[in-house]
Amino acid sequence: MAAEHAESGFNIFPMDQFVIKPLFGGDSLTWYTPTNQALWMGVAIVAIVLLLVIGTRGRALVPTRTQSIAEVFYNFTYKMIEDINGKAGLKYFPQIMTLFTFLVFANILGLVPYSFTVTSQAAVTVLLAITVFLSVTIIGLVKNGAGFLKVFWISSAPLPLRPILAIIEVISYFVRPVSHSIRLMGNMMAGHAVIMVFAGFAGALGIFAAFPVVAIMAVYGLEVIVAFIQAYVFAILTVIYMNDALHPGSH
Amino acid sequence: MENVSLGADLVKMGALMGAGLACTGMGGAAIGIGHVVGNYLSGALRNPSAAGGQTATMFIGIAFSEALGIFSFLVALLLMYAQ
Repeated sequence: MAAEHAESGFNIFPMDQFVIKPLFGGDSLTWYTPTNQALWMGVAIVAIVLLLVIGTRGRALVPTRTQSIAEVFYNFTYKMIEDINGKAGLKYFPQIMTLFTFLVFANILGLVPYSFTVTSQAAVTVLLAITVFLSVTIIGLVKNGAGFLKVFWISSAPLPLRPILAIIEVISYFVRPVSHSIRLMGNMMAGHAVIMVFAGFAGALGIFAAFPVVAIMAVYGLEVIVAFIQAYVFAILTVIYMNDALHPGSH
Repeated sequence: MENVSLGADLVKMGALMGAGLACTGMGGAAIGIGHVVGNYLSGALRNPSAAGGQTATMFIGIAFSEALGIFSFLVALLLMYAQ
């Protein structure tokens, strides 16, 4: 990879870790080529199945250790949906739980050395955000018909102000998938790029390499926290957008 | 021949200067996050029993304001490494 860079004076290539490569060599990247991204998405799904299916296999009343971790995921998501959406939102619990668990596992697995962070690719996060946007819009329209447009008509504002607010609300509604996806992608890409830049410093400093390594340790701790928080924010924003679809106009 | 290499160097210089300027956006994000957490702390110290229920709101506020700082960092990274 470093051989393909022009002679520019920089010897640090932090963006190389985000390149999608075919797993078994070769040059062609078609839709059926196994890539490192597909591999790490598969690893995340296998880990989720191991935790949630095999961990709760015993179905003990007093949970074992693995079962209580699985119950933490379940209870956390359940409380999150019930607090914001009420009982009507629990019908969409599987979608929110899938999103949240997949994002937590994908973000954390990206921190393993030599791995590939799946959620740092714009393709993955934009697809997830578009899925959320389409499902919120379609569920809102199917459940409420034309009453879904009450989302844009803020009844708690003075009447002359409402058309202007409606235009602003429409624009912000359509910008939602953009900000939803870029928030996750930017956080993951920025954290890993910073770690790689500090690693380049450590390589270049020789005897003083202890200082960048300590900085890398600090950024790594921050990255673990950010991995959980970004998955949580993605899930809770999905729940809040779903609240718009289930109870439109509840401003 | 000199004109061609000067053009390429000028583009690179412009990109790197733009990357440096883009990093000033992160100051706004830091102020925003400090504002949110500071308000949460001052409210939590006055009313500690109501503080636990609002930690979720605080984290959502932090994520929103941090997102814009990350956008500016992303612009800086793209200008530096992905011309």
